[in-house]
Amino acid sequence: MRGAVTDLPHTVAADARLLACALADPGRVMALGAEGWTSLLTIARAEQLIGTLALRLDGLPLPRAVEAILGDARAAAEQGRRAALWEAEMARRALAPLGCPVVLLKGTAYAAAGLLAGQGRSIGDLDILVPRAALDRVEAAVLGAGWEWVKPDPYDDAYYRRWMHELPPLIHRERDRMIDVHHTILPLTARVTPDPERLIADSVPLGNGLRTLSPNGMIVHAAAHLFADGDLAGGLRNLWDIRCLVEEFGTEGLAEAAARHGLRLPVARALRLVDGLFAGGRLAGSDRLCVRRLTARDGWGRPTRPVTRLAFYVRSHALRMPPAMLARHLWTKWRKA
Amino acid sequence: MRHAFALRIGPIGFRIGSDWRAPIDQLRSLYRDYPAPQDGVADYTVRLFARRPWRRWLRPSVEIGGDYMLPEAAPLPLRHGLLAAEMAMNLQMALGARRHLLLHASAVERDGRAVLMTGVSGAGKSTLATLLAARGWRFMGDEFVLLDPATGLLHAFPRLISLKNAAIPAAEAAWPDARMGPLMAATPKGDIRHMVPDARAIAAMDRPATPALLLFPRYGDAAAVRPVPPAEAFVRMTQASTNYVALGEPGFTAMTRLIAQVPAVAIDYPDGASGVAQVEALCAAL
Repeated sequence: MRGAVTDLPHTVAADARLLACALADPGRVMALGAEGWTSLLTIARAEQLIGTLALRLDGLPLPRAVEAILGDARAAAEQGRRAALWEAEMARRALAPLGCPVVLLKGTAYAAAGLLAGQGRSIGDLDILVPRAALDRVEAAVLGAGWEWVKPDPYDDAYYRRWMHELPPLIHRERDRMIDVHHTILPLTARVTPDPERLIADSVPLGNGLRTLSPNGMIVHAAAHLFADGDLAGGLRNLWDIRCLVEEFGTEGLAEAAARHGLRLPVARALRLVDGLFAGGRLAGSDRLCVRRLTARDGWGRPTRPVTRLAFYVRSHALRMPPAMLARHLWTKWRKA
Repeated sequence: MRHAFALRIGPIGFRIGSDWRAPIDQLRSLYRDYPAPQDGVADYTVRLFARRPWRRWLRPSVEIGGDYMLPEAAPLPLRHGLLAAEMAMNLQMALGARRHLLLHASAVERDGRAVLMTGVSGAGKSTLATLLAARGWRFMGDEFVLLDPATGLLHAFPRLISLKNAAIPAAEAAWPDARMGPLMAATPKGDIRHMVPDARAIAAMDRPATPALLLFPRYGDAAAVRPVPPAEAFVRMTQASTNYVALGEPGFTAMTRLIAQVPAVAIDYPDGASGVAQVEALCAAL
């Protein structure tokens, strides 16, 4: 069975571009047949964008089966939002006595601030950013409030503390939810060194004692996460976040903010890809390779293009640390495995 | 995928894709009387695939995938491919279902009123359901029953009945005309053979029922009946639901309404005939 892109006029291939197209221009789903719908819903689930898709398509006259599936996704997203905000409140209560700024990041921040990017978004862990100077006290406070280490391995623990931009992951023993406590937005081993103090200084209060990054700070962080850190796994969701943030806040002062954190290139690439994938803009060179990776999924939800995926996986490690260090790290991990 | 089949069980549509023909042929045959998904759009996609291309032929090994996956799910040999498909479909329900409160229970219906039976594995909920079906009750399912939070009604989910070990010859003797899947020996769950529910169960699967009795059967001891207080019934039912927590408030509301509306009873029964008589006596007294 091929993906059903033939149902969608002007689309290109049987891959996740079907989803990008539906998100960007919801009216075009009206042309989908049964097979096209099945592909779209499967891809949306695999990319963790089914809740986002459900909110984008809300109100359109859809086939009954599709309406039922998207109705479930809307309800699940609403429950996910409630649980994520509760988790943020739990962290606020644990950290309030410290008096240090606590900045929500990513999905929880978008939901707490009521942003377009948060509508229907799946939210996993709670990500927060705190000043590095307060990190020891924050660690003690979350451990005292019921969070526990996920990886008790001494090498992993030492590695996180020396080289990562966050504490080793913690999970709450009663609520079974993870918290990632960041002190900056990229690993310390990366070539680029953003300025976390500036991000915190520019952050915006939410009114409940918690904060979010400034709009430009959110875009810079999302772009850093997407293009200067990982291997673009789940990247479509991150790129959709950026598209919504740009739509809501514009790009005034964004280039300066990006330059300040050494992230001019990732931010510029993010803006080009948003235009290319969600607004029909023309892309060239390595941007097209990124789109190839971001959309590498078929109508059965299977990952496709293994060579492209591998290339981005290798690139992510090259970005993350210098070669000698990478070799040492992989050797240690391999011996332990 | 190379081979594919789509079907609907109760309100839920599935699309199953496979790298091999055999599991799809078996599904197509056993589920031949089931309709296609509503509007042709399945709720869930299931994938049976080879981890590496050569594992399609060389010691073929079926990996289980789909919309929802467990990272530690172990692959099965191709001769257990049908079991892999059934496990994968159950997994989609257990991890993905949000429209209904999912109750790990069996159910039978008569005159629009349903008896829900739940308990640990081996308590006999499947056996009692199939024995009651043989006495004229409509079989609604023996794995999941779907409680609609909006209406409080129970929806049938009459998937293939998964018979294990000693239950296989017993069922073959009781229903000599039933259609059976292949005998899969020495699976991780023991010997397994699937049985197609009777024609009436399939024909009536779109008709929901009002819950009338919540039963906690236990096989082995002398016949006994004990009313179960609401608090205990509530706790046992939350343990029997795979998505009670995920549903949040609607799940709580649906569950408390069920417990408040329906009497809950625990029974001990020494053999099938006594169990059936106990259930029918309880229903007659409602």
